[in-house]
Amino acid sequence: MPASPPDTAPLLTMRGIVKRFPGVRALDGVDLEVRAGEVHCLLGQNGAGKSTLIKILSGAHQPDEGEVLLGGESVRLATPTAAMRQGIATIYQELDLVDGLSVAENILLGHERASFGFTRRGESNRIAADLLRRLGHGEIPPGTEVGRLPPAAKQIVSMARALSHDARLIVMDEPSAALSHDEVANLFRIIREITAQGVAVVYISHRLEEIREIGDRVTVLKDGRTVAVGLPATTPTGRIVSLMTGRDVEYVFPPRPAPSGERPEVLRVEGLTVPGVFSDVSFSVRAGEIVGLAGLVGSGRSEILEAVYGARRASGRVLLDGRAVPPGRTAASVRLGMGLAPEERKAQALLLDQSVTRNITLAGLGRYARAGWVDRRREAAEAARLAEALDIRPPDPRRPVKTLSGGNQQKAVLARWLVEPRRLLLLDEPTRGVDVGARAELYAVIRRLADEGVAVLLVSSEVPEVLGLADRVLVVREGRIVHEAPAVELDEHRVLDLVMVSTNEESRVD
Amino acid sequence: MTEATPTNVARRPFLGRIGEVPHVGLVAALVLLAIVGLATRPENFATSSNLVSILALASTIGVITVGMTFVIIGGGIDLSVGAVMALSSVWATTLATQSYGPAVMILCAVLVGTGAGLVNGFLIAYGRMVPFIATLAMLVAARGLAQRMSGQRTQLVQQANTAIVELSTTRVLGLPLLVYVFALVVALGWILLNRTTFGRRTYAVGGNPEAARLAGIDVRRHTMLLYGLSGLCCGIAAVLIMARTTTGSSTHGDLYELDAIAAVIIGGTLLSGGRGTIIGSILGLLIFTVITNLFILNGLNTSDQLIAKGLIIVVAVLMQRRGALTGT
Repeated sequence: MPASPPDTAPLLTMRGIVKRFPGVRALDGVDLEVRAGEVHCLLGQNGAGKSTLIKILSGAHQPDEGEVLLGGESVRLATPTAAMRQGIATIYQELDLVDGLSVAENILLGHERASFGFTRRGESNRIAADLLRRLGHGEIPPGTEVGRLPPAAKQIVSMARALSHDARLIVMDEPSAALSHDEVANLFRIIREITAQGVAVVYISHRLEEIREIGDRVTVLKDGRTVAVGLPATTPTGRIVSLMTGRDVEYVFPPRPAPSGERPEVLRVEGLTVPGVFSDVSFSVRAGEIVGLAGLVGSGRSEILEAVYGARRASGRVLLDGRAVPPGRTAASVRLGMGLAPEERKAQALLLDQSVTRNITLAGLGRYARAGWVDRRREAAEAARLAEALDIRPPDPRRPVKTLSGGNQQKAVLARWLVEPRRLLLLDEPTRGVDVGARAELYAVIRRLADEGVAVLLVSSEVPEVLGLADRVLVVREGRIVHEAPAVELDEHRVLDLVMVSTNEESRVD
Repeated sequence: MTEATPTNVARRPFLGRIGEVPHVGLVAALVLLAIVGLATRPENFATSSNLVSILALASTIGVITVGMTFVIIGGGIDLSVGAVMALSSVWATTLATQSYGPAVMILCAVLVGTGAGLVNGFLIAYGRMVPFIATLAMLVAARGLAQRMSGQRTQLVQQANTAIVELSTTRVLGLPLLVYVFALVVALGWILLNRTTFGRRTYAVGGNPEAARLAGIDVRRHTMLLYGLSGLCCGIAAVLIMARTTTGSSTHGDLYELDAIAAVIIGGTLLSGGRGTIIGSILGLLIFTVITNLFILNGLNTSDQLIAKGLIIVVAVLMQRRGALTGT
């Protein structure tokens, strides 16, 4: 139910917001309207544009088109400080607190109470204590170092910091992700208290039941566009899910070959566990098969991939072609025939300053070397051949890889694992930040590799991608595999249901 | 012949890497300094004895600079180089070691240096210590050990072992042998960095350690080897300083770490790792050495020399930043 009468002027209005990044239109005409004192939920799948929208609200990004009205007046949020001054505070998922400073120092960071450069500790602590009390957490001592606090308390400190700026609008990005059940209840109590004081909250979460509990209204984003503005939070789940999934963008997937039970098993995972992240994960992948892991961010799917690859220590067994893979040693995994295209291309896969060639040959350089001496002519020729085979553009492998578009960078990462034939490829979000055209090409490359006999394990936040590309799908929720089925037997709706439903509404019956 | 040598060292590789703007700048700076030298001390600067002494002076730190370049490109730092060199020189000149003759002395210096470097590397790669701290600890400890072994006395290279000193006294084509040792280390270092998988991995480990690890490179082992390599260079440098001074001493190589790091930075290597060249480092070092030489020739005091060096570091880094900005 709307918390305030519909005729009240909205606190925040965003109209026709467009944000372009090289090669992608992250936001393509987004509208948002938030009233004072309401909890406004922002929904959408990964890549729908939620985080870009938040960043525009917090002043971290500038919109290319569109306008932002605050209290009826047009504002420009040029920097995070400017947004803060306008009364917009953002609490990110990774709380941006300084662990080495005290609670009070964190709350007043950037607007310390000081005279002549000396902080007024007493006053700071008093202000902090007041804010914490206002949030119902007077028991958190303002003098404690923030690094010693549990996650829930850190969240309170972040919120106190937002209030210390006299925020009119607080944006919370998945605030419940790191919290236990009781802590979430407390978070909701606080949200209700601050909204009762007239502060508006923009709440982002993947958990639909939370939205029903705390939200007043819902805005749904899809592919960078608003598909529903200000729906009541009581809208049935089915309706919301179909708003989130109905697509304009057509994915072009290569055809699947007929399944054949004759193919040998390449990967076998038994009882893989990383305490607190995922537990007792078992599955197998056959040669030529693409297996997709579907799940929310934080469900443990990327971590499972990393553990299989040996990049993360885990208990349990990983067997490649029947041979045990030693845990925690990527060099051994690569020697045995694995390859990983990690989630964060730039941070985890690429040497940005270096040429496409050198990025392609990073893992298989030994192939062009004798006694450590690199045959650079052969290296360049091979890299050029692979770049051409994957149609990496521009077609000059001497260019620094950072000058390429996201899709072509991803192709370079894939090419890295074509230098030496792989038995198993682990692909984590292979099309993140890649435009539609390049996606189709990447899908074709991945399918071609599978057809050549490579086993592929695929993680993607985009359910259509998993369904369209994979032969078999494993649904991961809260660190467990909760469902397994051939991709053709699932649809997006069903997978989203499986992925988002909370543990108490468990539906492991099938 | 001797006159041509300094520019040869600068030019040969420079020609091979035309278009590398930082090197053009460094060569220009070196030429400028030479002009200053010729203008202020025409009778002393361009003499063969002066040029030889510049090169001889540059050789010791030069060898260390090669190792330092690897460590810094690999994303680390080695503060212990001067101290490790001192320890190597002391260990190689103890009476016990000297009794086995010059070959064993050289072997001893090289092994002590490499060993100390590997200890650094082990602490950093497997003990997960910050390079700055691990090598700072080694700096202090190695100096202490060197003092203890030598009783804080300078140890002379004995008559029987003067073969070592011949590295400094014997000249081939007018240059003392230690300059050839330096040139050889530079050449091998260049090859290792630019033509081998080891060099390629060094750039990868320094540029993006996570990407290197996920590409199957054993980042820890590589990191340890980089510090071992730096230690090896310190051991070689110890042999050169024994040859030049005919002594082993716990006071050798004081503040060499600063000169070596400065040379690497001036040469255009990123302190954050992943980018840099041996040639740049050597040019940076030659610039430093020539400045020292000019100040001595002109009878200026060492304090001004230090100020000038400080300014050069700042100017060099500012110019490179500018180049980096316009380059992208």
